[in-house]
Amino acid sequence: MRYSALNLFANAFSGHRRWPQAWRDARPKASYDVVIVGGGGHGLATAYYLAKQYGVTNVAILEKGWIGGGNTGRNTTIVRSNYFFPESAAIYDLSLRLYEGLSKELNYNIMLSQRGMMMLAHSRHDEEAFRRTYNAMRLNGIDCEWLTPEQIQQRMPLFNGGPNSRMPVRGGVNQPRAGTVRHDAVAWGYARGASACGVDIVQQCEVLGLKREGNRVVGVETSQGAIKAGKVCLSVAGHTSQIAAMAGLQLPVTSYALQAFVSEPIKPVLDTVVISPFTGTYLSQSDKGELVIGGILDLYPSYAQRGNFHTVEQVTAGMLDMFPAFSRLRLMRQWAGIVDVVKDSSPVMGRTPVNELYINCGWGTGGFKAIPAGGLTMAHTLAHGEEHPLIKPFGLDRFTSGALIDEAAGAGIAH
Amino acid sequence: MQNIPCPFCGPRDEVEFRCGGQSHITRPNPSSAPDAEWAAYLYVRENPKGWSFERWHHSFGCRQWFNVVRNTVTHEIRQVYAMTDPKPEGVHS
Repeated sequence: MRYSALNLFANAFSGHRRWPQAWRDARPKASYDVVIVGGGGHGLATAYYLAKQYGVTNVAILEKGWIGGGNTGRNTTIVRSNYFFPESAAIYDLSLRLYEGLSKELNYNIMLSQRGMMMLAHSRHDEEAFRRTYNAMRLNGIDCEWLTPEQIQQRMPLFNGGPNSRMPVRGGVNQPRAGTVRHDAVAWGYARGASACGVDIVQQCEVLGLKREGNRVVGVETSQGAIKAGKVCLSVAGHTSQIAAMAGLQLPVTSYALQAFVSEPIKPVLDTVVISPFTGTYLSQSDKGELVIGGILDLYPSYAQRGNFHTVEQVTAGMLDMFPAFSRLRLMRQWAGIVDVVKDSSPVMGRTPVNELYINCGWGTGGFKAIPAGGLTMAHTLAHGEEHPLIKPFGLDRFTSGALIDEAAGAGIAH
Repeated sequence: MQNIPCPFCGPRDEVEFRCGGQSHITRPNPSSAPDAEWAAYLYVRENPKGWSFERWHHSFGCRQWFNVVRNTVTHEIRQVYAMTDPKPEGVHS
């Protein structure tokens, strides 16, 4: 069913009780051309573009829990493309441009809100680094603007960055096209689109092993039985090392818990996304009115989908330095997702040393913004058996060749 | 909150420590190791879900390094031992 204002109106008459299911919850068949492990944003988007753009419809998505229940449902919903290196800028900006057209493409409102994202400079060194970022973004063809302290204060009246504050702000880079997206809608929209093209979305189906013949993967063992597969694509973020180990692969990935929290909902006070690397905190206000707050990783390997309190304390302290007025707000929820961090803070995508086994991992703390581009480029890669031109620099071989794309240093990603 | 038993200072709060990652990695000879081996040494990690052998540093304490056997799911610490000790047996990751 195509969603429109007309059938929204029509369904109002039956109290919205007659909407058909948005997508089909499938049982697995015995065999597929492509099996995608992981029903998060990247897996669902990969399946959608495979079916829609490349005509490969005999595809299954195997999800251990429920779709969008991992990092897709745990992130802080920010989309942006303010990266340093041309390779990163190309893929992240493709993603942002795809997000701009995604509600229409999927006929599903993903609630994109391009409210801008400011990165604040509090010291001379911050300022030099961000002026460099600003120049790099312009050279990469990504629109951005330099903000003066006055402009920053004007955009955020509650912001405490004046000359008498503890950490006066010296300026900042703003990407006006950055913003937020309703994260669950991305998962559901892609699931609906993929399902309509005939893709099987299988939930509660954990992959327990990869079946190999020689150096070629030929199927997966799951909690719902064995499934043959022409190609297998891993899109499992924090658990990539575990699934890859089933094929005898070790990867340059370490898993950490990344926390986020929301406050109780309040009236509109902040209409932009703001990050201060100095305080280590970033935040925005959701459409429901909650402040959505994030910061640093819990800095040791972890698969516990929960974080420790001192990180909450550190991140909220950073927020209160920027916005003392929020000191009486209560946090409503706090949670963590397991992120797959790579040393150069860039993704690992494409083929692996095992034939017909593909990976899409290493997005670390920034996978959500890359969902449309990750899906599109992986779909291309699976359909052609060769990497999409945009992801060629992001192969596993870069760790041996030394051609790292070091956004950890370039874009100042703190981990 | 993890309570980490520093072998020199006793049990202390995790905020005093820094995790140095996987332990027992042997550095290959840089002049003879092939690129793939060197890359594996630099970047590839076991990243176990379960028991993990890690180096920790008591950064805001005695500033000594030591090894820890820690569970990455429950955060339970089973054993603490010296940097030069061999990898303990009987604990499987």
